[in-house]
Amino acid sequence: MSTSFTKSTARNIFYGGAVFFFLLFVALTFDTVQALPKRDNRANLTEQVARGKNLWEVNNCIGCHTLLGEGAYFAPELGNVYQRRGPEFIKAWIKAQPTGAPGRRQMPNFHLSDAQIDDLVAFLKYSSQINTNNWPPNIEG
Amino acid sequence: MTSLASAAGRQTTPSAANVQLKYRSQAVAKPYFTAAIGLFVGQIIFGLVMGLQYVIGDFLFPAIPFNVARMVHTNLLIVWLLFGFMGAGYYLIPEESERELHSPKLAIATFWVFLVAGALTIVGYLAVPYATLAQMTGNDLLPTMGREFLEQPTITKIGIVLVALSFLFNLSMTVLKGRKTSISMVMMLGLWGLAIFFLFSFYNPHNLVLDKYFWWWVVHLWVEGVWELIMGAMLAFVLVKVTGVDREVIEKWLYVIIAMTLITGIIGTGHHYFWIGTPAYWQVWGSAFSALEPIPFFMMTLFAFNMVNKRRREHPNKAAVLWALGTGVMSFLGAGVWGFLHTLAPVNYLTHGTQITASHGHMAFYGAYAMVVMTMISYAMPLMRGREANSNRAQVVEMWSFWLMTIAMVFITLFLTAAGILQVWMQRMGDTPLSFMATQDKLAFFYWLREGAGVVFFIGLLLYIISFFVGKDEAR
Repeated sequence: MSTSFTKSTARNIFYGGAVFFFLLFVALTFDTVQALPKRDNRANLTEQVARGKNLWEVNNCIGCHTLLGEGAYFAPELGNVYQRRGPEFIKAWIKAQPTGAPGRRQMPNFHLSDAQIDDLVAFLKYSSQINTNNWPPNIEG
Repeated sequence: MTSLASAAGRQTTPSAANVQLKYRSQAVAKPYFTAAIGLFVGQIIFGLVMGLQYVIGDFLFPAIPFNVARMVHTNLLIVWLLFGFMGAGYYLIPEESERELHSPKLAIATFWVFLVAGALTIVGYLAVPYATLAQMTGNDLLPTMGREFLEQPTITKIGIVLVALSFLFNLSMTVLKGRKTSISMVMMLGLWGLAIFFLFSFYNPHNLVLDKYFWWWVVHLWVEGVWELIMGAMLAFVLVKVTGVDREVIEKWLYVIIAMTLITGIIGTGHHYFWIGTPAYWQVWGSAFSALEPIPFFMMTLFAFNMVNKRRREHPNKAAVLWALGTGVMSFLGAGVWGFLHTLAPVNYLTHGTQITASHGHMAFYGAYAMVVMTMISYAMPLMRGREANSNRAQVVEMWSFWLMTIAMVFITLFLTAAGILQVWMQRMGDTPLSFMATQDKLAFFYWLREGAGVVFFIGLLLYIISFFVGKDEAR
């Protein structure tokens, strides 16, 4: 690099750039948080959904599945499973695990009560109604 | 060769009278680096288990379900990199500041606290069901568990914060009382940023969109933000030492690189805000800025090669130079090229949450962070063991391990990329899309190849460890 471009110039670009773009990011974040009520389905965020989210977390579902495309890639996307399979199938499926089919990927049985499974399904229903800009591309997730 | 031979002759020098270390307290880095390598081995073993579960679904079920293996794999990665960063901090900050570490005793105590807390967490993952662990550790009081990479019990997270504070206090006191260089300022800024952004891991609202939005303030602002400052500072430190190039030149490069990192990377967070409920304008912001994120990584490559080409000394530690060049190239390929591959919103619409993401994650973490930690270990460990560089024989073994691991990682990435492209094609692009599981069955061939490459990686890692035990050169 040329000698007219000094280390202190580079340092100033660094500090100036970092501060400017972080503040811009904070401004965009503020705007996003303002816009979210129209998109994030918070009208349907009930107590039951909150309990379902907690069950989703303490059973580490994200360790195999994706939710809105984030998580592990070992098992199907669940952001739209409510539309793909419907509530009754999901409940029956969770209860029937593990399948024990030799050589097939296995989902543990988490020993959830019927009420807990209802909570989990409520959470998946709420998640499926978030405005994701039409992602995933099709029902298969 | 003479310097190599004389270095080898000093191998038995006790560390108490270590002539290679400018400041005795730098030696506290040694247990950190040792632990990092040990945890790295654990990470790869669990990686191999998961790789096998991809094709033999019931392998080790129900003893180690996939989600547990993955949690151990990713958490061990994070923890061993943190051990590496901390070791690097303890090693380079005293040397840059030209004084002893503020408190070596605190550094050693912190080491044991972190190691025991980390080990207990991993044992908890493996010994009891995750829901039981959540209950035992009082997750209900402050629920933070069960989110990707942030699976640690809340008490472990609090422990991480305390360890980080102790570490940062120790280093900050050292810097404040000593010489302040650009390298030490950037390193400290990166480490403080790491600790501050980790605090967002305690924010877990019921609202899934807000949860995901601020989850990325930990994950993205770490790996595509402040961690790059740490990486840049570590690389710059080693390049100053092994090339003898004027510090002013190296530090100017460092500032330009990290300036580009934050200018592109902060708004680049937007590439995670395409499909999680956030406004559509993020598709423009995220695509535009993250498309520029390869620039600082490419500059990292140019930086490493330029400095080595302009070297004013022949450092006997050739292995450390190889790691420094390697991390420059592989971080650009893994983070830069493989990141760009799927970062534009119209592409990401199809690739989001597929094996394409996994392929990028593997090469980026290895190329940028695993390799820069190994660069630092390769440079500093011989010095802490009382010699300027390892024997020629030991370096040859270490270089073999470099090539085996690096080439294996290239193949892991290529096989996962192939799997990802096919997954997108079969599951998301056709007129009659297959289900997730039907698609996975068709990808088995590529998963087997990936597992094979993983075994080669593991062999490379074992060779890396063996290189620490290869003795001095035989007399000619």
